[in-house]
Amino acid sequence: MIPDPLSRTDRGQAEAVTGVASGGDDAATRLLLTPGERAADPWAEGHHPPAIGPWKLAARRLRRNYVAQGFLVLFLVMVVACLLAPLYASHIAHIGPNTNNVTGTINIGGKTTDVVSPDGVPIGPTFSSRYFFGADSNGRDLAVRLLYGGRTSLLIGGIATLIIIVFGALAGLLTGYFRGVADMILRPLMELIWSFPVVILGVALGTALALGGIGPVKGNSLYIPALIIGVVFIPYLGKPIRGEVLRLREQDFVQAARVQGMGSWRIMLSEILPNLASMITVFVPMMLAYSILLEAYLSFLGAGVQAPNASWGTLISDGLAYIQTTPTFCLVPGAMLVLTVLSINVVGDGIRDALDPRAQVRVRT
Amino acid sequence: MARFIVRRMASAILLLFAVSIVVFAIFEVIPSYNPARAIAGRNATPTTVAEVSHKFGFDKPVYVQYANTMELIFTGQVIDYNDNLNVDSQFAQRFPVTVSLVVPAALIWLVASVVLGSISALRVGGLADRGLMVAAILGVSIPVFLLAAVLLYLFAFKLPWFPNTGYVPLPDNPAQWAYHLFLPWISIAILSIGFYSRVLRSNLLDMVGEDFVRTARAKGLTQRQVFTRHVLRNSLMPIVTMFGLDFAVLLGGAALVTETVFNLPGIGQYEAQAIGNLDVPPILVGAMFTAFFVVLFGAFSDIVYALLDPRIRLTG
Repeated sequence: MIPDPLSRTDRGQAEAVTGVASGGDDAATRLLLTPGERAADPWAEGHHPPAIGPWKLAARRLRRNYVAQGFLVLFLVMVVACLLAPLYASHIAHIGPNTNNVTGTINIGGKTTDVVSPDGVPIGPTFSSRYFFGADSNGRDLAVRLLYGGRTSLLIGGIATLIIIVFGALAGLLTGYFRGVADMILRPLMELIWSFPVVILGVALGTALALGGIGPVKGNSLYIPALIIGVVFIPYLGKPIRGEVLRLREQDFVQAARVQGMGSWRIMLSEILPNLASMITVFVPMMLAYSILLEAYLSFLGAGVQAPNASWGTLISDGLAYIQTTPTFCLVPGAMLVLTVLSINVVGDGIRDALDPRAQVRVRT
Repeated sequence: MARFIVRRMASAILLLFAVSIVVFAIFEVIPSYNPARAIAGRNATPTTVAEVSHKFGFDKPVYVQYANTMELIFTGQVIDYNDNLNVDSQFAQRFPVTVSLVVPAALIWLVASVVLGSISALRVGGLADRGLMVAAILGVSIPVFLLAAVLLYLFAFKLPWFPNTGYVPLPDNPAQWAYHLFLPWISIAILSIGFYSRVLRSNLLDMVGEDFVRTARAKGLTQRQVFTRHVLRNSLMPIVTMFGLDFAVLLGGAALVTETVFNLPGIGQYEAQAIGNLDVPPILVGAMFTAFFVVLFGAFSDIVYALLDPRIRLTG
């Protein structure tokens, strides 16, 4: 069962609230004990069970969420497969990701077939070592490009997520804690980015930067889409973090730290940041999924990854022209993309339900 | 109330102004992008580039360029670099196509979400409830253009039930209009239904415990009356806000990919072509066009909210 993202009566939330609030020391926590632990119920002798921290509690809940675990395995398989792309290219397919072979032929079951037919239609899946998923219009091996494209998509998603987390958290902390000047500068910036639909802003930035690059970074570098996606999504983390910091900074423990003479930066790092950890953790898989999707949108429109590099988005876009004759060209990269994003989302929902069931974010594409 | 509206509209206009500056800045101020070179072509000599630069006014100070560009856009004289078409008249010409795509799609998704969301809230844990849970997570995992491609392949090529391309204007032939647009409508609507009905479901479930629901029951209304007149009506508000913004985005932008896949001659297709050709003016106008609707609908939903709920007027 996929965890319910919105239910207020969800058992996960009840557990999270009681578990976090009381350090796990109550009846609700007892329900979480394994049968073995419950058999040796320490309450029977009037003892308290050992207190469980919120992280342990979350880990315990995740361990029982078999759907999330299954999708986590699927995601890891995808990542490992994409990382092994060079091995597949050199040892199985014997062709590089950007090697054209328009005029080549391939031997299937004793019959010689063109890789790309004279009227320009690429070959479909052969399910053999060469052209396993068929070819693209330049006679390049789709399976090899698919794996390399996956590396690109995952790399861009990963870098973008890193940017979002670091700068989103920083912006949220600064504006929420200092308010004043930081708020006056950073908050309108975040609101401005936020008021754009992500695809439109991404496309505008993507086309502008693909033309000229920024400074030493060339226009067709993979870091450009990564940077763009990161910037576009910063407010989606920065705004909720700011709200949480505004709430936390008025709490007694922050006042106590201030009275003890702690500096602002130390309070932010050692008092407030740890309280944001679970919120940030919830956002990591969400932002990763959204980043990979946005990369696909941008690449599909030609404003993301630039030739000759491939990503799942560019492959889907290239394959669309042949959807009637060679549907696998478009649908196989699409399936890879959806499986990856879906597995990240399911795992992310599992983590959210385990840690912070109230977190909710949605991006207008 | 009038003061609230004026204040909200003023901030919307301010935001729109900021948006136009940002979009302009993206294209004109980013270092190492020289629009003159892009227009003059790859093999242009420096003199040609300088001439083009002078002709289009790229050698003027940035604020003059901004003012000129805005003047061109608002007087309907802005020309795209690739085909020398008037961008504003292209937008005007293509707007009905995009509206035909977006408005019915939005209606389908809104009606389906309300129906399915209500069913799943009335039968928590039932088949519809569990199905929507899966649909919601699938909906945020599939890009629109991929779903469109899959539908196109399945229902236009594999099973030739629907035409794969083409657009018939509504006044010409309503039946053909709907027939040609059915697959695009479904691909836009279906991904949002899951999320919307989940949001509605949780709103409905939150609302059931409220005092006014108990009062409605106590005064003897039937279960159906309580649900439709009190619970559902109050739960629709957040959906309406979400919908306003999503619809604005659709109108100006997300139609981009759907129109490309289904080859519909709307604004999105024009913009997508411009992106492919790195043709700046249509992208500039398109981005501002979308932002305009986002800001407009944002302000509009705030005002509707304030009309319905007096508490907001005081704090907002």
